[in-house]
Amino acid sequence: MSETSPLFDLDPSLLDDSLDCVHCGLCLSACPTYRITGRENSSPRGRIYLIRGAAEGKIELGGVVAEELGLCLGCRACESECPSGVEYGAMLEKGRAAIADAGLRKGWAYRLEGFALRRIVAFPRRLHAAFSLLGLAQRLGMDRVAGLLLPFVDYARGLLPRVPRAAARRRLPAFTPAQGERRGRVALLEGCVMAELFGDVNRATVRVLARNGYDVVVPEGQGCCGALHAHAGDLSTSRRLATKNVEAFALPGGEPVDAVVSNSAGCGAALGETDQWLPGRGEELARQARDVCEWLDEVGLRAPSGSLAARVCYDDPCHLVHAQGISSAPRRLLSAIPGLELVAHADAESCCGAAGTYNLLQREMSQRVLEPKLDALAAADPDWIATGNPGCMLQIEAGVRARGMAARVVHPVELLDRAYAGSAPGES
Amino acid sequence: MSEPPLTFSGSPAILIERLIAVVGEDHCLSRPEELFTYGCDGLTLDAHRPSVVVLPKSSQEVAAAVAICRELGCPFVPRGAGTGLSGGATPLFGAVVICCSRMGEILEIDAENRIAVVQPGVVNAHLSRAVADLGLFYAPDPSSQQACTIGGNVAENSGGPHTLKYGTTTNHVLAVEMVLPDASTVRLGSPTGFSPGYDLVGAVVGSEGTLGIVTEITVRLMAIPEAVETILAIFDDVPSACRLVGGIIRSGMVPAALEVVDQRTIRAVEASVYAAGLPTEAGAVLIIELDGAACEMEGQLARIRALAENEGVRDLRIAENAEERTLFWRARKGAFGAMGRLAPDLYVHDAVVPRASLPEVLEEICAIGDRYSLKLSNVFHAGDGNLHPNISFDRRDPDELARVLAAGREMLELCVRVGGVLTGEHGVGTEKRDYMGMLFSPDDLDAMRRLRDAFNPDGLCNPGKLIPTTRACMESNPKARGYDEVPLE
Ligand SMILES: Cc1cc2nc3c(=O)[nH]c(=O)nc-3n(C[C@H](O)[C@H](O)[C@H](O)COP(=O)(O)OP(=O)(O)OC[C@H]3O[C@@H](n4cnc5c(N)ncnc54)[C@H](O)[C@@H]3O)c2cc1C
Ligand code: SF4
Ligand code: SF4
Repeated sequence: MSETSPLFDLDPSLLDDSLDCVHCGLCLSACPTYRITGRENSSPRGRIYLIRGAAEGKIELGGVVAEELGLCLGCRACESECPSGVEYGAMLEKGRAAIADAGLRKGWAYRLEGFALRRIVAFPRRLHAAFSLLGLAQRLGMDRVAGLLLPFVDYARGLLPRVPRAAARRRLPAFTPAQGERRGRVALLEGCVMAELFGDVNRATVRVLARNGYDVVVPEGQGCCGALHAHAGDLSTSRRLATKNVEAFALPGGEPVDAVVSNSAGCGAALGETDQWLPGRGEELARQARDVCEWLDEVGLRAPSGSLAARVCYDDPCHLVHAQGISSAPRRLLSAIPGLELVAHADAESCCGAAGTYNLLQREMSQRVLEPKLDALAAADPDWIATGNPGCMLQIEAGVRARGMAARVVHPVELLDRAYAGSAPGES
Repeated sequence: MSEPPLTFSGSPAILIERLIAVVGEDHCLSRPEELFTYGCDGLTLDAHRPSVVVLPKSSQEVAAAVAICRELGCPFVPRGAGTGLSGGATPLFGAVVICCSRMGEILEIDAENRIAVVQPGVVNAHLSRAVADLGLFYAPDPSSQQACTIGGNVAENSGGPHTLKYGTTTNHVLAVEMVLPDASTVRLGSPTGFSPGYDLVGAVVGSEGTLGIVTEITVRLMAIPEAVETILAIFDDVPSACRLVGGIIRSGMVPAALEVVDQRTIRAVEASVYAAGLPTEAGAVLIIELDGAACEMEGQLARIRALAENEGVRDLRIAENAEERTLFWRARKGAFGAMGRLAPDLYVHDAVVPRASLPEVLEEICAIGDRYSLKLSNVFHAGDGNLHPNISFDRRDPDELARVLAAGREMLELCVRVGGVLTGEHGVGTEKRDYMGMLFSPDDLDAMRRLRDAFNPDGLCNPGKLIPTTRACMESNPKARGYDEVPLE
């Protein structure tokens, strides 16, 4: 066996990681790209075998290996089935990084992605400016014009909602006091996409946490969590961004917090893995990271007395159910809302195809992955579809609209917020 | 008698072009790295690169692909999910892999007649899920059921924990449609379960893909029992657990399942996503499942409790609800994979011994493992006497690999010596082909060969599997074929 293959030289740890897989295949049918293609090479086991083969120098690193790591959604459904404890998500990030380092991540779409992630998303002010520009273009109808000229822009346009007006995109207050009996203090990660496109969700999150007796601090200096960069194989930018967040969330406002809360599953998963990105420095942040639903469930939700008569389907974001193993907490919270009927739908735990920037880079597969979910949702016919990740909210909303379904997509905390709003002030 | 075909030596370009015309470019794989991933099934030791992989969508496409292979003289091998553990789907001789994973449709569910008609690529667990609302299930439940296909199950005559009460796949397949190696399509058996003449469905089930490619299967569905109780009997050691198995069977009860899990396995599973709260300090756990009429449960439980106490059981835990029962079974079924935590490779053995000899055979098997200094664990269908000694190892260590193979052979010899057989459910494939002479006389094997040749006269369909290739080879008391002699790809 060669220990000087290009992949081995780029990242020797990948060979070790790949040895955790015993080739049992139990992960196969959990994998959306395998379910659709039926191809071993588009399955988790196949991808791990490709990585091992490339690391052992038996096959080339470019070509199929690079393609398959590109076609993988990074949804980590395979990890939820793997008895052998293969850390596939980490392997995927390292594999993509090695392929990028080897100059094999080719094509204009990847270059554009790299540019956008490194030069825009990584800087909150630039991202804000970019969304302002997009909002302006939308209001002037320029995006439609560009869409007529460029099919890609037309497709992307369908995925993006209208950028909200500036008021909804302003920063959250640095401090919001607890309501009722004070139970503690938490810090909130604003997120980049959440802050720009779902300011209302952020505000609802603050209100719900406050209603539950927590002071909410939103530390200065925080930024993008770096998850999108890691998924795109740019681990060095991720580490840089994670370092900033470690600093921002260590004693925010000079006082300790009980948890660092995020309302975006992708960001929460990244925060929870800060220890892996920054060994020795990231442990504290990783220990404190909580998804907002996980936290409310853990400390005990103050049951809302206001009711909300609606049928709701809860759809699991991959980075909540598969990356963090959280699936019952959000369902318990929603069930606590008087009047709300939680309706089960098939396929709740499989990926919607958004997968970070995947729906822009792998359009066809992204749509094929979404279809069965839309079928299941259409069959369940809810009033609301609740899911806790901005990418999933955009993707499912776009799909639901395209099919002309009546259901609307919300974050679970928005439903809690509505229910609290219906409660008499002071009681919860 | 057919000789094994030579490695395909025709023009790959023509083969590929013709196959693309059948299945379309997207479903015909021919780049070296793609082919690399089809080199083996769950038995990774013996990998060979296929010439091409095709993923047909219908019986017609399968028949067309077979016709092309036949015309060009290229061997071909059916494949499902590739979870087989005996190399059944491994493409020898540069075979074309005809993979049924895209043929995943449930074609018909007939609740009244309690049958379902499925394509071969339907995942085993998906069928039970699809009929659950009708109060029905598909009984054969291999531990790989969340991934393996019904086509693969038919070919391997797969069993599972519930085989004890419900039987193996062969008891649940009523009829099949298959493409024979001459590219004709035939229907065998009848959905009624009664079919005059030779029981050809019986011959096809367990034929390991050597008689043709099954393209449609009519299976029997069963009614979900009214009541189910799942009990963990916790013991200090494996032989005591095995003695309870004997006691239960002697008592005349027919539990749905009797599965033993040893300590090493429990610990690996409890460290995995399949953790179910099994006691990691126990020497062994016997999982007992009872099912049937609700009124029978209490009496049976009391009898089991008494028998277990006789065998010195440390504790009995009863699953409190359906969720806990599911957790126990997920843990049991995740057991093989969980052994991956101990070493990069796992050799899953499979043999059957008369139930009464279980305690002694297990002690002897553990002694063999110790003698060869191997990491051995045992998790098995105790009620059927179907053993699965698992050896965790690293194939990159040639010395360890040699010990694994030698120990495996000794274990098989032991099982045959006490009146057992070479495999209970994982099949012969390439893995045990050369051991068939341990169990069968040359004439026995000839009879099998003649049956195969009647279906597969030029030997192009899954060559090199199941039956030793020549009389000479099998008469010469086959030695364990060292895997190092076999090219890795
Ligand atoms: C973790 C794990 C647990 C397992 N547990 C069990 C268990 O409890 N019980 C058990 O019996 N087995 C078990 N197995 C073995 C394996 O899952 C079964 O043999 C299964 O039936 C194989 O199905 P497959 O779809 O993966 O077939 P493959 O591995 O792809 O193929 C198996 C054989 O079937 C042939 N074949 C596939 N499709 C067709 C077709 N359409 N027509 C004709 N021939 C075909 C192939 O040529 C090959 O010979 C286990 C395996 C693993 C990895
Ligand atoms: S991360 Fe998702 S798409 Fe990628 S291999 Fe795993 S299950 Fe498949
Ligand atoms: S479940 Fe885990 S060990 Fe099994 S094939 Fe998939 S990744 Fe490998």
